[in-house]
Amino acid sequence: MTITVSIPTPLRGFTGGRDTIDLPGETVGQVLDGLLAAHAGLRRHLIQEDGRLRTFVNLYLNETDIRHLSSTATPVRPGDVLTIVPSIAGGSPAVETGQPLSHAEVLRYSRHLLLPEVGMAGQRKLKSARVLTIGAGGLGSPLSLYLAAAGVGTIGIVDFDVVDLTNLQRQIVHGTSTLGRPKLESAAARLQDVNPNVNVERHEIRLTAANALEIIQEYDIVVDGSDNFPTRYLVNDACVLLGKPNVYGSIFRFEGQASVFYAAEGPCYRCLYSEPPPPGLVPSCAEGGVLGVLPGIIGSIQALETIKWIIGAGDSLVGRLLLFDALKLRFRELQLRKDPACPICGANPSIRELIDYEAFCGIGAEPAYEGPEISAEDLRREMLDKGSSLVLIDVREPHEWDIAHIEGARLIPLGQLPERLGELDGHAEIVTQCHHGARSMKALALLKGAGFNRVRSLAGGIDAWADRIEVGMPRY
Amino acid sequence: MVFAMTLRISGVLADAIRRAGEAAYPAECCGVLGGRVSGLKEVLQIAPMVNRRTDDPRRYLISPDDLLRITLELRDAELEVLGYYHSHPDQPAEPSEFDSEHAWPWYSYMIVRVNEGRSADLTSWVLEEDCAGMRQETLQVSTEV
Repeated sequence: MTITVSIPTPLRGFTGGRDTIDLPGETVGQVLDGLLAAHAGLRRHLIQEDGRLRTFVNLYLNETDIRHLSSTATPVRPGDVLTIVPSIAGGSPAVETGQPLSHAEVLRYSRHLLLPEVGMAGQRKLKSARVLTIGAGGLGSPLSLYLAAAGVGTIGIVDFDVVDLTNLQRQIVHGTSTLGRPKLESAAARLQDVNPNVNVERHEIRLTAANALEIIQEYDIVVDGSDNFPTRYLVNDACVLLGKPNVYGSIFRFEGQASVFYAAEGPCYRCLYSEPPPPGLVPSCAEGGVLGVLPGIIGSIQALETIKWIIGAGDSLVGRLLLFDALKLRFRELQLRKDPACPICGANPSIRELIDYEAFCGIGAEPAYEGPEISAEDLRREMLDKGSSLVLIDVREPHEWDIAHIEGARLIPLGQLPERLGELDGHAEIVTQCHHGARSMKALALLKGAGFNRVRSLAGGIDAWADRIEVGMPRY
Repeated sequence: MVFAMTLRISGVLADAIRRAGEAAYPAECCGVLGGRVSGLKEVLQIAPMVNRRTDDPRRYLISPDDLLRITLELRDAELEVLGYYHSHPDQPAEPSEFDSEHAWPWYSYMIVRVNEGRSADLTSWVLEEDCAGMRQETLQVSTEV
């Protein structure tokens, strides 16, 4: 079949002055080959030495950039118009941008300087760059370590948490020696050790709508290593409003995602997820677990995208969502399109300033389970007094039971409880128990609803029991 | 094909380019020159464009989406894209190596020097036929209204 190729004015000198040329082909690539065969003078202006399109040459099939279709493999139909559209670029004479490097820095970064894509110019850009990482946890650990090692001049970190033993399975910027200390202090000391040239700016504060713009505007790039939806929407909106790129990553159990949200060139987080999931539907890593290496992979991808952005090398993840499955060891990629109706980066934005993100994500609006509780001390006393007439139901999952359980308890996971009510004596005195006391309260509500009247929930769960009653029991 | 010919522009439009350079200082401004060709290139309209490079104030980039849109708008007015303008903050009104590397044939590239916020020389350049560099072309600024 034959389609029409529209030639821009500057290239008509190579087509005998013609502004359109009809050419046969089944795909964009075949049409392009035909064009170059007929008008060889075009080649140097369209194709680079390795045979690919020059960076500043864009092909539009009708009104769509073929990079958003199937590139040169895009099939063509009669009546299609293929238009060659330049990107126009330039600038002032090259001035030495970025801060100069000392001899010691040249040596430290020599493996970077050997790469033409980085070189002295790129390394100076890294030194001048200001990157803000949200969170010094699972993602923030590998991310900040690699950014520091790579020579990013200023790394800001927002975190207000304290290093806990359960963190160390994945949060490799911290260590046993910094247990109990603020994560910021722990991370800053480690990053200074990795690279004393790095200036670590500490923001020991919870990022909120009241302070996000003020903090973020001081940085060139934001890397989101947060673990909750309100913060993700907050970071996204602040970055869109301030025109900053947002290097996104998230992890759960064995799966991770990464992208770069930059509203000036592509979609934002809201184009991908317009609404947060209902509260409680998506468990956090603290509830659902996470494989320790996973944040190492996703956080490293975030560091990579940040460094590429700073030095201007390669193709960024703008407009692409990378999905990683650790068990299958498989990467997949989804093309993301900007949503024209996006409430913050669309044509007619309805969000023009930061909002209440806790409320937006339904935090505080979830049904509150309330009911009588029993302390670990009272439970121990009553179990001794009443023996088997007091029924203790552990509503955790079997793999949690395997870590530790209270002698005499019965395992009925919360999800199985509705169909296993028949196993329980309606007149018995029941105590529900879980890890920290939240699931057991849901179980209590469920039992009350089913007509069980003498039910209490163990306050603080097995964790309180292990802390105060059975010291030596493993905690998790 | 001869790339270089005379570029004619009215004093009003030339001043508008100077003002755009001053307004963008210390960053660079950029825009499209629209007009007609009849022996010489005559600029009849200028269209300021969004500089899509935000990482480096000494670079400009006009995206293909933006360019396609302005090309179609100009076509409706029976005009075509003759070239582009941009500013050089505190640098000579001469093409940088980066300008030459990214230049397209035939288009005129106008450059306005902006010294400490005040516009200075205004020049126009085209790519050499052998793509080896850029050559200055005659810029006629007409004063009649």
